[in-house]
Amino acid sequence: MDAAPSALQVRGRLLKAARGFLDERGFLEVETPVRVRAPALETHIDAEPSGALYLRTSPELHMKRLLADGAERIYQIGPCFRRGERGPFHRPEYTMLEWYRRDADYMDMLVDAKALLDAVCREVAGTTSLRHAGRRIEMMPVWECLTVSEAFRQWAGWDPVAAYDPDRFDLDLVEKVQPALPRDRPVVLKDYPAEAAALARCRAGDPPVAERWELYAGGLELANAFSELTDPEEQRRRFAACAAAREAAGRPVYPKDEAFLDALREGLPPCGGVALGIDRLHMLLAGAAHIDSVVPFPEE
Amino acid sequence: MYSASDLRKGLRIELEGVPYLITEFQFNKPGKGQALYVCRLKNLLTGGTHARTFRAVDKIGEPRLETKKLRYSYQDATGYVFLDANYEHATMSAEALGDQRFFLTEDAEVEVLYFNGEPIDITLPTFVEKTIVETEPGARGNTATNVLKPAKIEGGYEIQVPLFINTGDVAVIDTRTGAYVQRKT
Repeated sequence: MDAAPSALQVRGRLLKAARGFLDERGFLEVETPVRVRAPALETHIDAEPSGALYLRTSPELHMKRLLADGAERIYQIGPCFRRGERGPFHRPEYTMLEWYRRDADYMDMLVDAKALLDAVCREVAGTTSLRHAGRRIEMMPVWECLTVSEAFRQWAGWDPVAAYDPDRFDLDLVEKVQPALPRDRPVVLKDYPAEAAALARCRAGDPPVAERWELYAGGLELANAFSELTDPEEQRRRFAACAAAREAAGRPVYPKDEAFLDALREGLPPCGGVALGIDRLHMLLAGAAHIDSVVPFPEE
Repeated sequence: MYSASDLRKGLRIELEGVPYLITEFQFNKPGKGQALYVCRLKNLLTGGTHARTFRAVDKIGEPRLETKKLRYSYQDATGYVFLDANYEHATMSAEALGDQRFFLTEDAEVEVLYFNGEPIDITLPTFVEKTIVETEPGARGNTATNVLKPAKIEGGYEIQVPLFINTGDVAVIDTRTGAYVQRKT
Protein backbone atom coordinates (compact mmCIF):
# COMPACT_ATOMS: atom_id res chain seq x y z
CA MET A 1 0.00 0.00 0.00
CA ASP A 2 1.25 3.48 -0.79
CA ALA A 3 2.10 5.79 2.09
CA ALA A 4 -0.45 8.54 2.73
CA PRO A 5 0.44 11.65 0.71
CA SER A 6 2.24 14.39 2.65
CA ALA A 7 0.57 17.71 3.44
CA LEU A 8 2.75 19.29 0.78
CA GLN A 9 1.55 16.81 -1.86
CA VAL A 10 -2.11 17.23 -0.92
CA ARG A 11 -1.76 21.03 -1.11
CA GLY A 12 -0.12 20.84 -4.53
CA ARG A 13 -2.81 18.56 -5.92
CA LEU A 14 -5.57 20.66 -4.37
CA LEU A 15 -4.28 23.88 -5.98
CA LYS A 16 -3.79 22.14 -9.31
CA ALA A 17 -7.28 20.61 -9.24
CA ALA A 18 -8.97 23.91 -8.33
CA ARG A 19 -7.08 25.76 -11.10
CA GLY A 20 -7.84 23.00 -13.59
CA PHE A 21 -11.54 23.14 -12.80
CA LEU A 22 -11.78 26.92 -13.13
CA ASP A 23 -9.49 27.16 -16.18
CA GLU A 24 -11.59 24.59 -18.00
CA ARG A 25 -14.72 26.67 -17.42
CA GLY A 26 -13.23 29.82 -18.88
CA PHE A 27 -12.23 31.57 -15.65
CA LEU A 28 -9.10 33.71 -15.97
CA GLU A 29 -6.60 33.54 -13.12
CA VAL A 30 -5.73 37.06 -11.94
CA GLU A 31 -3.51 38.72 -9.36
CA THR A 32 -4.41 41.85 -7.43
CA PRO A 33 -2.34 43.81 -4.87
CA VAL A 34 -1.55 42.19 -1.54
CA ARG A 35 -0.62 45.54 0.05
CA VAL A 36 -3.61 47.86 -0.19
CA ARG A 37 -4.59 51.36 0.89
CA ALA A 38 -8.13 50.48 1.91
CA PRO A 39 -8.91 46.97 3.17
CA ALA A 40 -12.64 46.18 2.92
CA LEU A 41 -14.45 47.77 5.86
CA GLU A 42 -16.03 45.02 7.93
CA THR A 43 -17.06 45.36 11.54
CA HIS A 44 -15.19 42.31 12.82
CA ILE A 45 -12.22 41.92 10.48
CA ASP A 46 -8.94 43.60 11.42
CA ALA A 47 -6.20 44.24 8.86
CA GLU A 48 -2.48 43.86 9.50
CA PRO A 49 -0.67 47.18 8.85
CA SER A 50 2.21 47.04 6.36
CA GLY A 51 4.11 50.31 6.40
CA ALA A 52 1.61 53.04 5.57
CA LEU A 53 -0.61 50.43 3.86
CA TYR A 54 -2.35 47.24 4.97
CA LEU A 55 -2.14 43.60 3.97
CA ARG A 56 -5.35 42.61 2.24
CA THR A 57 -7.99 40.77 4.26
CA SER A 58 -9.48 39.52 0.97
CA PRO A 59 -9.00 40.39 -2.72
CA GLU A 60 -12.71 41.18 -3.07
CA LEU A 61 -12.72 44.91 -3.82
CA HIS A 62 -10.00 44.75 -6.47
CA MET A 63 -11.58 41.73 -8.14
CA LYS A 64 -14.90 43.55 -8.40
CA ARG A 65 -13.07 46.47 -10.00
CA LEU A 66 -11.83 44.05 -12.66
CA LEU A 67 -15.44 42.94 -13.25
CA ALA A 68 -16.55 46.57 -13.53
CA ASP A 69 -13.76 46.94 -16.09
CA GLY A 70 -15.23 44.20 -18.27
CA ALA A 71 -13.84 40.92 -16.95
CA GLU A 72 -16.49 38.18 -17.06
CA ARG A 73 -15.06 35.20 -15.18
CA ILE A 74 -12.04 35.59 -12.91
CA TYR A 75 -10.41 33.80 -10.00
CA GLN A 76 -7.50 34.31 -7.69
CA ILE A 77 -5.66 32.05 -5.24
CA GLY A 78 -3.41 33.83 -2.81
CA PRO A 79 -2.56 34.82 0.76
CA CYS A 80 -4.86 36.97 2.87
CA PHE A 81 -4.20 38.32 6.35
CA ARG A 82 -6.45 38.89 9.33
CA ARG A 83 -5.02 40.27 12.51
CA GLY A 84 -5.52 38.32 15.72
CA GLU A 85 -7.31 35.28 14.23
CA ARG A 86 -5.64 32.22 15.71
CA GLY A 87 -7.18 28.87 16.57
CA PRO A 88 -7.62 25.34 15.27
CA PHE A 89 -9.38 26.72 12.15
CA HIS A 90 -7.73 30.13 11.93
CA ARG A 91 -4.31 31.48 11.08
CA PRO A 92 -3.59 35.20 10.68
CA GLU A 93 -2.11 34.36 7.25
CA TYR A 94 -4.09 31.94 5.13
CA THR A 95 -4.81 31.07 1.52
CA MET A 96 -8.05 32.13 -0.11
CA LEU A 97 -9.61 31.12 -3.39
CA GLU A 98 -12.09 33.68 -4.72
CA TRP A 99 -13.95 33.41 -7.96
CA TYR A 100 -16.45 35.80 -9.56
CA ARG A 101 -18.87 35.42 -12.42
CA ARG A 102 -20.78 38.06 -14.30
CA ASP A 103 -24.56 37.69 -14.72
CA ALA A 104 -24.71 35.17 -11.89
CA ASP A 105 -26.34 35.26 -8.47
CA TYR A 106 -25.49 33.48 -5.23
CA MET A 107 -27.41 30.32 -6.15
CA ASP A 108 -25.56 30.09 -9.49
CA MET A 109 -22.36 30.32 -7.45
CA LEU A 110 -23.58 27.42 -5.31
CA VAL A 111 -23.79 25.27 -8.45
CA ASP A 112 -20.18 26.26 -9.24
CA ALA A 113 -19.04 25.52 -5.70
CA LYS A 114 -20.60 22.08 -5.70
CA ALA A 115 -19.07 21.13 -9.05
CA LEU A 116 -15.69 22.46 -7.92
CA LEU A 117 -15.69 20.46 -4.68
CA ASP A 118 -16.82 17.35 -6.53
CA ALA A 119 -13.90 17.69 -8.97
CA VAL A 120 -11.32 18.57 -6.30
CA CYS A 121 -12.30 15.65 -4.00
CA ARG A 122 -12.12 13.18 -6.89
CA GLU A 123 -8.75 14.44 -8.08
CA VAL A 124 -7.07 14.86 -4.69
CA ALA A 125 -8.64 12.09 -2.60
CA GLY A 126 -9.84 9.82 -5.42
CA THR A 127 -13.28 9.80 -3.80
CA THR A 128 -16.02 12.11 -2.54
CA SER A 129 -16.36 10.02 0.61
CA LEU A 130 -14.01 11.70 3.10
CA ARG A 131 -13.02 11.07 6.70
CA HIS A 132 -12.59 14.01 9.03
CA ALA A 133 -12.43 14.16 12.83
CA GLY A 134 -13.32 10.47 13.06
CA ARG A 135 -16.46 10.83 10.94
CA ARG A 136 -17.33 9.97 7.38
CA ILE A 137 -18.52 12.86 5.21
CA GLU A 138 -20.27 12.13 1.93
CA MET A 139 -19.40 15.25 -0.07
CA MET A 140 -21.73 14.18 -2.88
CA PRO A 141 -24.45 14.10 -4.00
CA VAL A 142 -26.66 15.69 -1.30
CA TRP A 143 -25.99 19.16 0.09
CA GLU A 144 -28.48 20.14 2.73
CA CYS A 145 -29.71 23.67 2.16
CA LEU A 146 -31.27 25.58 5.08
CA THR A 147 -32.21 29.22 5.41
CA VAL A 148 -30.67 31.03 8.38
CA SER A 149 -34.22 31.60 9.56
CA GLU A 150 -35.02 27.85 9.51
CA ALA A 151 -31.77 26.88 11.20
CA PHE A 152 -32.14 29.42 14.03
CA ARG A 153 -35.80 28.64 14.62
CA GLN A 154 -34.99 24.95 14.83
CA TRP A 155 -31.89 25.06 17.06
CA ALA A 156 -31.82 28.46 18.76
CA GLY A 157 -35.55 29.09 19.17
CA TRP A 158 -35.73 32.52 17.50
CA ASP A 159 -35.62 34.10 14.05
CA PRO A 160 -32.78 36.59 13.50
CA VAL A 161 -34.12 37.47 10.05
CA ALA A 162 -37.36 38.79 11.55
CA ALA A 163 -35.63 40.67 14.41
CA TYR A 164 -31.85 40.87 14.38
CA ASP A 165 -29.67 40.94 17.51
CA PRO A 166 -26.01 40.89 16.45
CA ASP A 167 -24.59 39.69 19.78
CA ARG A 168 -27.09 36.91 20.22
CA PHE A 169 -26.74 35.95 16.56
CA ASP A 170 -22.98 35.28 16.84
CA LEU A 171 -23.24 33.50 20.21
CA ASP A 172 -26.15 31.27 19.20
CA LEU A 173 -24.53 30.50 15.84
CA VAL A 174 -21.41 29.20 17.63
CA GLU A 175 -23.06 27.62 20.69
CA LYS A 176 -26.30 26.23 19.26
CA VAL A 177 -26.57 26.22 15.47
CA GLN A 178 -23.11 25.18 14.26
CA PRO A 179 -22.84 22.22 16.70
CA ALA A 180 -26.28 20.98 15.56
CA LEU A 181 -25.59 21.07 11.82
CA PRO A 182 -25.36 17.63 10.19
CA ARG A 183 -21.71 16.55 9.81
CA ASP A 184 -22.09 13.60 7.47
CA ARG A 185 -22.72 15.82 4.41
CA PRO A 186 -22.17 19.45 3.39
CA VAL A 187 -24.66 22.00 4.72
CA VAL A 188 -25.47 25.38 3.25
CA LEU A 189 -26.90 28.20 5.38
CA LYS A 190 -28.45 30.83 3.14
CA ASP A 191 -30.48 34.05 3.19
CA TYR A 192 -28.87 36.01 6.01
CA PRO A 193 -30.43 38.84 7.97
CA ALA A 194 -30.11 42.07 5.95
CA GLU A 195 -28.02 43.47 8.83
CA ALA A 196 -25.46 40.66 8.34
CA ALA A 197 -25.22 41.16 4.59
CA ALA A 198 -21.60 42.39 4.52
CA LEU A 199 -21.09 42.97 0.76
CA ALA A 200 -24.14 40.99 -0.41
CA ARG A 201 -27.15 42.29 -2.29
CA CYS A 202 -30.43 42.33 -0.35
CA ARG A 203 -33.60 40.88 -1.80
CA ALA A 204 -36.75 42.85 -1.10
CA GLY A 205 -39.37 40.98 0.85
CA ASP A 206 -40.97 40.83 4.25
CA PRO A 207 -38.54 40.66 5.87
CA PRO A 208 -35.78 41.37 3.33
CA VAL A 209 -32.85 38.94 3.28
CA ALA A 210 -29.24 39.17 2.16
CA GLU A 211 -28.42 36.91 -0.80
CA ARG A 212 -25.55 35.24 0.97
CA TRP A 213 -24.65 31.64 1.79
CA GLU A 214 -22.07 29.90 3.93
CA LEU A 215 -20.96 26.34 3.24
CA TYR A 216 -20.13 23.99 6.11
CA ALA A 217 -18.60 20.52 5.83
CA GLY A 218 -17.65 18.35 8.79
CA GLY A 219 -18.16 21.33 11.09
CA LEU A 220 -15.70 23.45 9.09
CA GLU A 221 -16.89 26.70 7.56
CA LEU A 222 -15.50 26.33 4.04
CA ALA A 223 -16.88 29.12 1.87
CA ASN A 224 -18.96 32.28 1.79
CA ALA A 225 -20.80 33.61 -1.26
CA PHE A 226 -22.85 36.63 -2.28
CA SER A 227 -24.98 37.97 -5.02
CA GLU A 228 -22.65 40.95 -5.08
CA LEU A 229 -23.88 44.36 -4.01
CA THR A 230 -23.59 46.66 -7.05
CA ASP A 231 -25.45 49.75 -5.78
CA PRO A 232 -22.82 52.46 -5.03
CA GLU A 233 -25.02 54.44 -2.63
CA GLU A 234 -25.98 51.37 -0.61
CA GLN A 235 -22.31 50.31 -0.56
CA ARG A 236 -21.28 53.76 0.70
CA ARG A 237 -23.91 53.58 3.46
CA ARG A 238 -22.68 50.14 4.55
CA PHE A 239 -19.05 51.29 4.64
CA ALA A 240 -20.13 54.28 6.73
CA ALA A 241 -22.09 52.04 9.13
CA CYS A 242 -19.08 49.70 9.51
CA ALA A 243 -16.75 52.65 10.05
CA ALA A 244 -19.08 54.00 12.77
CA ALA A 245 -19.31 50.57 14.46
CA ARG A 246 -15.51 50.20 14.38
CA GLU A 247 -15.01 53.70 15.75
CA ALA A 248 -17.48 53.01 18.58
CA ALA A 249 -15.69 49.74 19.44
CA GLY A 250 -12.32 51.52 19.53
CA ARG A 251 -11.00 49.56 16.54
CA PRO A 252 -8.96 51.07 13.72
CA VAL A 253 -11.10 52.60 10.98
CA TYR A 254 -9.69 52.05 7.48
CA PRO A 255 -10.15 54.57 4.68
CA LYS A 256 -13.09 53.99 2.36
CA ASP A 257 -11.96 52.57 -0.96
CA GLU A 258 -13.02 55.49 -3.17
CA ALA A 259 -11.65 53.87 -6.33
CA PHE A 260 -13.91 50.87 -5.66
CA LEU A 261 -16.92 53.14 -5.04
CA ASP A 262 -16.09 54.98 -8.29
CA ALA A 263 -16.06 51.65 -10.13
CA LEU A 264 -19.54 50.85 -8.74
CA ARG A 265 -20.76 54.26 -9.95
CA GLU A 266 -19.37 53.58 -13.42
CA GLY A 267 -21.31 50.33 -13.29
CA LEU A 268 -20.64 46.89 -11.88
CA PRO A 269 -22.78 44.36 -13.80
CA PRO A 270 -24.80 41.84 -11.77
CA CYS A 271 -22.37 39.21 -10.52
CA GLY A 272 -21.81 36.55 -7.91
CA GLY A 273 -18.68 35.63 -6.00
CA VAL A 274 -17.39 32.91 -3.69
CA ALA A 275 -14.54 33.01 -1.16
CA LEU A 276 -13.27 29.57 -0.18
CA GLY A 277 -10.63 28.86 2.47
CA ILE A 278 -8.00 26.64 0.86
CA ASP A 279 -6.47 25.65 4.22
CA ARG A 280 -9.85 24.51 5.53
CA LEU A 281 -10.54 22.50 2.37
CA HIS A 282 -7.09 20.97 2.77
CA MET A 283 -7.95 20.04 6.39
CA LEU A 284 -11.08 18.31 5.18
CA LEU A 285 -9.24 16.40 2.42
CA ALA A 286 -6.42 15.39 4.76
CA GLY A 287 -8.65 14.59 7.75
CA ALA A 288 -6.68 17.15 9.77
CA ALA A 289 -8.13 18.54 13.00
CA HIS A 290 -5.83 21.58 13.20
CA ILE A 291 -4.96 24.12 10.52
CA ASP A 292 -1.32 24.05 11.63
CA SER A 293 -0.96 20.54 10.24
CA VAL A 294 -1.74 21.59 6.64
CA VAL A 295 0.81 24.41 6.28
CA PRO A 296 4.54 23.78 5.88
CA PHE A 297 5.88 26.27 8.47
CA PRO A 298 3.18 26.53 11.15
CA GLU A 299 5.51 28.25 13.62
CA GLU A 300 5.69 31.41 11.46
CA MET B 1 -8.60 42.09 34.60
CA TYR B 2 -8.06 39.88 31.60
CA SER B 3 -9.49 40.59 28.17
CA ALA B 4 -10.87 37.72 26.13
CA SER B 5 -7.76 37.58 23.95
CA ASP B 6 -5.67 36.70 27.06
CA LEU B 7 -7.68 33.51 27.66
CA ARG B 8 -6.00 30.15 27.10
CA LYS B 9 -6.16 26.61 28.39
CA GLY B 10 -4.78 26.38 31.93
CA LEU B 11 -5.50 30.02 32.84
CA ARG B 12 -7.31 30.68 36.12
CA ILE B 13 -10.00 33.35 36.04
CA GLU B 14 -12.62 34.76 38.42
CA LEU B 15 -16.31 35.24 37.64
CA GLU B 16 -18.75 36.63 40.22
CA GLY B 17 -16.35 35.90 43.06
CA VAL B 18 -15.69 32.27 42.04
CA PRO B 19 -12.30 31.06 40.75
CA TYR B 20 -12.31 28.87 37.64
CA LEU B 21 -9.70 26.97 35.66
CA ILE B 22 -10.01 26.98 31.85
CA THR B 23 -9.81 23.27 30.93
CA GLU B 24 -10.72 23.60 27.25
CA PHE B 25 -10.30 26.61 25.02
CA GLN B 26 -11.10 27.29 21.40
CA PHE B 27 -10.99 30.43 19.28
CA ASN B 28 -14.04 30.66 17.03
CA LYS B 29 -15.11 33.29 14.55
CA PRO B 30 -18.23 32.60 12.55
CA GLY B 31 -18.19 34.05 9.03
CA LYS B 32 -18.25 37.87 9.19
CA GLY B 33 -19.13 37.64 12.89
CA GLN B 34 -17.24 38.63 16.02
CA ALA B 35 -14.36 36.67 17.55
CA LEU B 36 -15.60 34.28 20.24
CA TYR B 37 -13.62 32.37 22.83
CA VAL B 38 -15.35 29.10 23.65
CA CYS B 39 -14.23 27.75 27.03
CA ARG B 40 -14.93 24.89 29.39
CA LEU B 41 -14.54 26.09 32.97
CA LYS B 42 -13.84 24.09 36.12
CA ASN B 43 -15.10 25.65 39.32
CA LEU B 44 -12.10 25.49 41.64
CA LEU B 45 -14.32 25.48 44.74
CA THR B 46 -16.77 22.73 43.79
CA GLY B 47 -14.98 20.91 40.94
CA GLY B 48 -18.05 21.27 38.68
CA THR B 49 -17.57 22.16 35.01
CA HIS B 50 -19.60 24.13 32.52
CA ALA B 51 -19.25 25.74 29.07
CA ARG B 52 -18.92 29.49 28.68
CA THR B 53 -18.32 31.62 25.60
CA PHE B 54 -16.63 35.02 25.90
CA ARG B 55 -16.74 37.85 23.38
CA ALA B 56 -13.77 40.03 22.44
CA VAL B 57 -15.26 42.95 24.38
CA ASP B 58 -15.68 40.97 27.63
CA LYS B 59 -13.48 41.76 30.63
CA ILE B 60 -12.69 38.82 32.88
CA GLY B 61 -11.58 38.86 36.52
CA GLU B 62 -8.12 37.79 37.60
CA PRO B 63 -8.35 35.76 40.83
CA ARG B 64 -6.01 36.43 43.76
CA LEU B 65 -4.36 33.03 43.90
CA GLU B 66 -1.10 31.84 45.43
CA THR B 67 0.52 28.47 45.92
CA LYS B 68 2.64 27.18 48.79
CA LYS B 69 4.50 23.92 49.20
CA LEU B 70 3.40 22.14 52.39
CA ARG B 71 3.71 18.58 53.68
CA TYR B 72 0.78 16.38 54.59
CA SER B 73 0.88 15.82 58.32
CA TYR B 74 -2.23 14.18 59.78
CA GLN B 75 -5.98 13.91 59.71
CA ASP B 76 -8.16 14.92 62.65
CA ALA B 77 -11.72 15.94 63.30
CA THR B 78 -11.23 19.28 61.52
CA GLY B 79 -9.93 17.68 58.32
CA TYR B 80 -6.62 17.03 56.59
CA VAL B 81 -3.75 19.11 57.97
CA PHE B 82 -0.74 20.28 55.94
CA LEU B 83 2.34 21.92 57.52
CA ASP B 84 5.68 23.38 56.54
CA ALA B 85 8.95 23.84 58.48
CA ASN B 86 7.77 27.21 59.79
CA TYR B 87 4.54 25.66 61.08
CA GLU B 88 2.56 27.44 58.39
CA HIS B 89 -0.47 25.23 58.14
CA ALA B 90 -3.59 24.61 56.09
CA THR B 91 -6.59 22.45 56.92
CA MET B 92 -8.80 21.08 54.17
CA SER B 93 -12.01 19.05 54.31
CA ALA B 94 -12.48 15.63 52.70
CA GLU B 95 -15.06 17.25 50.42
CA ALA B 96 -12.61 19.90 49.18
CA LEU B 97 -9.92 17.29 48.50
CA GLY B 98 -12.21 14.80 46.77
CA ASP B 99 -10.55 11.54 45.74
CA GLN B 100 -7.14 13.17 46.08
CA ARG B 101 -7.35 12.50 49.83
CA PHE B 102 -6.87 8.77 49.21
CA PHE B 103 -3.49 9.41 47.59
CA LEU B 104 -2.05 11.42 50.47
CA THR B 105 0.91 9.81 52.20
CA GLU B 106 2.48 11.02 55.41
CA ASP B 107 5.07 13.75 54.86
CA ALA B 108 4.34 13.94 51.10
CA GLU B 109 5.02 17.40 49.69
CA VAL B 110 1.97 18.92 48.01
CA GLU B 111 1.32 22.28 46.40
CA VAL B 112 -1.56 24.01 48.12
CA LEU B 113 -3.58 26.55 46.11
CA TYR B 114 -5.03 29.50 48.03
CA PHE B 115 -7.86 31.76 46.85
CA ASN B 116 -8.24 35.00 48.82
CA GLY B 117 -6.06 33.42 51.51
CA GLU B 118 -8.15 30.23 51.82
CA PRO B 119 -6.76 26.82 50.76
CA ILE B 120 -8.99 25.45 47.99
CA ASP B 121 -7.02 22.77 46.15
CA ILE B 122 -3.84 20.71 46.21
CA THR B 123 -1.53 19.27 43.59
CA LEU B 124 -0.17 15.88 44.62
CA PRO B 125 3.17 14.34 43.63
CA THR B 126 2.55 12.62 40.28
CA PHE B 127 3.27 9.13 41.67
CA VAL B 128 2.51 7.77 45.13
CA GLU B 129 2.96 4.34 46.71
CA LYS B 130 0.01 2.71 48.43
CA THR B 131 -0.38 -0.68 50.13
CA ILE B 132 -3.11 -2.94 48.80
CA VAL B 133 -5.34 -3.86 51.74
CA GLU B 134 -7.89 -6.04 49.96
CA THR B 135 -8.01 -7.93 46.66
CA GLU B 136 -8.78 -11.41 45.30
CA PRO B 137 -5.74 -13.69 45.72
CA GLY B 138 -3.17 -13.28 42.97
CA ALA B 139 -2.92 -15.79 40.13
CA ARG B 140 0.57 -17.21 40.56
CA GLY B 141 2.72 -16.94 37.48
CA ASN B 142 0.21 -14.76 35.69
CA THR B 143 2.32 -11.74 34.75
CA ALA B 144 -0.13 -10.36 32.21
CA THR B 145 -0.67 -6.64 32.79
CA ASN B 146 -3.63 -6.24 30.46
CA VAL B 147 -6.16 -8.13 32.58
CA LEU B 148 -7.28 -6.17 35.62
CA LYS B 149 -9.17 -6.77 38.85
CA PRO B 150 -10.38 -4.42 41.59
CA ALA B 151 -8.21 -3.77 44.67
CA LYS B 152 -8.68 -1.55 47.69
CA ILE B 153 -5.91 0.70 49.01
CA GLU B 154 -5.63 2.14 52.52
CA GLY B 155 -8.66 4.34 53.13
CA GLY B 156 -10.91 2.01 51.10
CA TYR B 157 -10.39 3.62 47.65
CA GLU B 158 -10.68 1.10 44.81
CA ILE B 159 -8.24 0.92 41.92
CA GLN B 160 -7.77 -1.58 39.06
CA VAL B 161 -4.64 -3.76 39.26
CA PRO B 162 -3.17 -6.72 37.29
CA LEU B 163 -4.06 -10.26 38.40
CA PHE B 164 -0.66 -11.00 40.02
CA ILE B 165 -1.09 -8.32 42.71
CA ASN B 166 -1.77 -9.60 46.25
CA THR B 167 -2.99 -8.06 49.47
CA GLY B 168 0.05 -6.49 51.14
CA ASP B 169 1.78 -5.57 47.88
CA VAL B 170 2.70 -1.92 47.37
CA ALA B 171 1.37 -0.32 44.17
CA VAL B 172 2.66 2.80 42.46
CA ILE B 173 -0.31 4.97 41.41
CA ASP B 174 -0.51 7.93 39.02
CA THR B 175 -2.39 10.56 41.04
CA ARG B 176 -3.56 12.44 37.93
CA THR B 177 -5.63 9.50 36.70
CA GLY B 178 -5.86 7.19 39.72
CA ALA B 179 -4.37 4.41 37.55
CA TYR B 180 -2.05 1.62 38.70
CA VAL B 181 1.46 2.05 37.24
CA GLN B 182 3.58 -0.80 38.65
CA ARG B 183 4.26 -2.99 41.66
CA LYS B 184 6.93 -1.74 44.00
CA THR B 185 9.58 -4.45 44.43
